[in-house]
Parts: sequence; structure tokens; C-alpha cells
Amino acid sequence: MPTEAVISLREVTFSYGGPPVLEDVGFSVGPREAVCMVGPNGGGKTTLVKLVLGLLNPQRGEIRLFGESPRRQRRRAGYVPQHIQYDPRFPVSVMDIVLMGRLGQGGIRGLTGWYGRDDRRAAIDALEQVGMEPLRRRPFSALSGGQRQRVLIARALCCRPELLLLDEPTANVDTAVECRLAELLAELNRRMAIVMVSHDLGFVSGLVERVICVNRRVAVHPTSDLTGKTIHELYGGEVRMVRHDEHTPHEHADG
Amino acid sequence: MVDFLEALNDPAVAFLRYALLAGLLASVSLGVVGSYVVVRRITYLAAAIAHCVLGGVGAAVYLQQTQQWAWCNPMFGATAAALLAALVIGLVSLYAREREDTVIGAVWVVGMSIGLLFFYKTPRFVDPMSYLFGNILLVSARDVWMVAAMGAAVAAFGLGFYNKLLAVCFDEEFAALRGVRARLYYLLLLCLTAVAVVLMVRVVGIVLVIALVTLPAAVAGHFAQRLWQMMILAVLCSMACVFAGLAISYPTDLRPGPTIVLIAGAAYLLTAILARLRTTV
Repeated sequence: MPTEAVISLREVTFSYGGPPVLEDVGFSVGPREAVCMVGPNGGGKTTLVKLVLGLLNPQRGEIRLFGESPRRQRRRAGYVPQHIQYDPRFPVSVMDIVLMGRLGQGGIRGLTGWYGRDDRRAAIDALEQVGMEPLRRRPFSALSGGQRQRVLIARALCCRPELLLLDEPTANVDTAVECRLAELLAELNRRMAIVMVSHDLGFVSGLVERVICVNRRVAVHPTSDLTGKTIHELYGGEVRMVRHDEHTPHEHADG
Repeated sequence: MVDFLEALNDPAVAFLRYALLAGLLASVSLGVVGSYVVVRRITYLAAAIAHCVLGGVGAAVYLQQTQQWAWCNPMFGATAAALLAALVIGLVSLYAREREDTVIGAVWVVGMSIGLLFFYKTPRFVDPMSYLFGNILLVSARDVWMVAAMGAAVAAFGLGFYNKLLAVCFDEEFAALRGVRARLYYLLLLCLTAVAVVLMVRVVGIVLVIALVTLPAAVAGHFAQRLWQMMILAVLCSMACVFAGLAISYPTDLRPGPTIVLIAGAAYLLTAILARLRTTV
């Protein structure tokens, strides 16, 4: 069933014990689609990602990942959390982290978690895709914000995902890194569905077809509809929008 | 120093040799487990587990005397109490809706209090100080064998599941998404910590053992770039502290436990200053 929705939510309500963080949320994401979740801090974007991955359970409603419960199917998803949440002094190399994407396989090796040659090959492959292979022996702590971001993307790619979920991929990275990231995601989108959380409307506008606005409730807009008015309603204030059009023409030339 | 080396060969003070062997052997599992504890930042939990050991020691001493249960020796009680405390504290930190640090602080003192009451109700006086701060006079050849066997088991688990424990310590959520039972491995880590702590009780005692869980690993953390490097350095650092502590305390008639801990503390301070100088220059 190649056309089955990768993610579908119906009437989902969730709270952490207090008032609902998300209420009556419904949307779906198709295969090879790229969507972005935008919305104010505390609006429920990260919560929504965790619900989709089965890390949280909704009080009401139904969540389907590849047509089944998220817990059963989440290994088909690659998750890229925000890189700033990590302990910068953790003694771990780039390769150590990317290999974590190969954990949780069956058999005796799945039990102990030891890696084989094929696991290393897959990790190097994933690092090559994000252009980080030459730095694979570096300590994670010695990397810049953008490099850490790419290592975490490589870790997610190492899972051979059919869906990539990224939480704030542009947090704390500069504009040049953002542009390279946008190119990488556009490339990956040819093979997999992409869902990302971002504050950065300029970053997403060239990349995604639809924007999911999350602020307790959810509204879905095609990217072309994103105007100053909808953004104003969403954030309740003025938001500066940066156009990134100047970085995309080479794609048109290729096509 | 020469005195100390001669004493190690002296059959009249066999306990010194046993204490050194037990300390060096226990250093292996403490270095491995301590590295996980430090990077996962659960020193506080490890300290709570260590203090609860007194409850088990007290209960064992009491039952051994009043019920004539010879098998119920203090080390058995210590191990049982440490594992129980590890599970209780682990489950509290995973599932409790209460403020975690409050509950763990409570478990800590309740465990100690139970132990002290048992000690004071035991007919023939046993000094809790021996267990709180260590007493190398009590180390027997049997203890050395026990430390070797249990230490080997702890190190085997700690190294055998290295990749999974590393993933759980670095990013529990991601590990869970890959199908690793993160909570189970977290509890395993706390249980390994519990056993590793018990192994050092004879030499440095319940209160001071936490220094040897964290300080060698913290010293190693200043130099290591990978977790396994941190473990190797932590084991070596812990061994050096035990050796130096016994070597200094024996001829000077100081208590070995506090001496070992002070050396570990000094090593940490020194390396912290060195690390700071290296980054600022």
C-alpha cells in the first residue's frame, strides 16, 4: 500500500495532567510529503511529535503511524531531536552516536547490542550523506551546532527510515548552515516523508508543501497561503519573514 | 613506602594484603559503573543506594545474632538491601509523580535509620562505624574471593551491554525508539551500581564509597573522549587511590577509608584545575 498515510491523527486530545495541550487535533501526512509544524512556544509542537512516535499517549483520539499504533511502527521513523538538549561534556564520538541508530535489531546481536561490520558500514554511509564522514572520530563535544545537527540527522538516517521527524532543526545554527540543511532535506525528501518542527517560516517555505499550525488546536495551510495575516493570527504578533528564494534556483535549472 | 611493601608480605598483617586486593578488585567494577553514573548524572541516586546498605547490614547482624542464622552475614544483608534500594529508587525516579529528590532523600535516611535501630537492638555490640567508614581489619580471604566474583559479574554486565547502556545514558528517548527497553537498562545500571558499592564497603565504608564511584570517573572525564576510555582511566585512578591510601595510612596510623577518599578528592581537584588551565590557555 504505497499510498497509505504515513501519519494520521483523528480527534486527538492530550494533556500533561492540566488543561489540554492539544485539543481535537486531526491531520495526515502522505508518503514522500514534507510538512512543517509551526506555532508559538508551548503551543504543543514537540508534544505532537512525541505523540506520533508513541513516546506519549493521547487521552482521546486515534494516532496511526504507517497505519498501525505508533509503538509498533516507530522503528520505521527516524527522529532528530534538538541538539541543544545534550550534555556537551558527554564522552562520545560522532561514530558512537550514529551507531545508536542501529540498535534494537533482532537476534543475539540485538540482545547484547554489539555492532557488526554491516552496522559500521551503514553508519559511515549515513555520515557520508550528511557530509560528516571525515569527522567520524571526533568527540561530539568538539563539534559546532550545525555539525551536531548533522550528526543527529545521520543517526536518524542510520535507522533507514521511511519518515524523518526533526524537532527545531534550525535552532542555534547560522544562516549558511540552514541553507545546506535545506538542500539536504530536499534531497532526502525524494526518498522519505519529512515532518519538521520549526519557528523559522522562511526556512520551511521553500521546502514543504503544507504547514501545520499548532497552537493547542491545529490548522493546516498550503505553504502558498502563508501570509502576514495568518502568521499574525497564529503567533498573535508580528513575525519577520525571511525569503530564501535566492538559494533555490539551481534546483529549477536541474529540473 | 618500604614498610608498606614489607607489610604486604607479612603474614601477621594478612588483612592489609586482603584489603589491598579487595580494593583493587572492587576498583574494576566501580570504574566501569562509576563512569555510567557520572555521565548519566545519577550520583545522588548512587549515594542514596549506598546509604541504604546500612539497613541491610543492620538487619543481617541482628538476625545473625538473635535467630542464629549463620548464612545471614553482613555482606549478604548489604547486597540484598542495596539491590532493593536500587529498585525502589529506580522505580521512584521513573514513575513517581512526587518530587523525585524529596522521595530519594527520604529513602536514603529511612534505610540508614532502619540499620541503626537494628544495630542498637543487637544483643552483642557491633560497631556501625566499621560499616559506615570502613574497617580493613574485617577483610578476610573469603571477602576477597567474594569481591572478585561479584566484581567480575558487575563488570561483565556493564561491559557486555556497553552499547545499550551508552545509548540509554546519552539519549534515553532515542534508545527507546530503537526498541531498546530503556527503563529496564536504567534499572540494570542502578542494580550494578548497588553491587559495586557493596564491594567497597569493607574498605572505605558506606558513607565514603560514593567518593570512589564518582571521583575516579570524574577525574577520567577530564581526559577521556569516549566512554570506554573514561572507564579504563577511572579503574586505574581508583586503583591508584586505593593503593596510595593504604600505603599512606598504614605507617602513619591513619584510617584508610578517609585517607583513600581524600586522595581521590585531591586528584579530582588537581585534574579539574589542570583541565581549566588547559582550556583557558
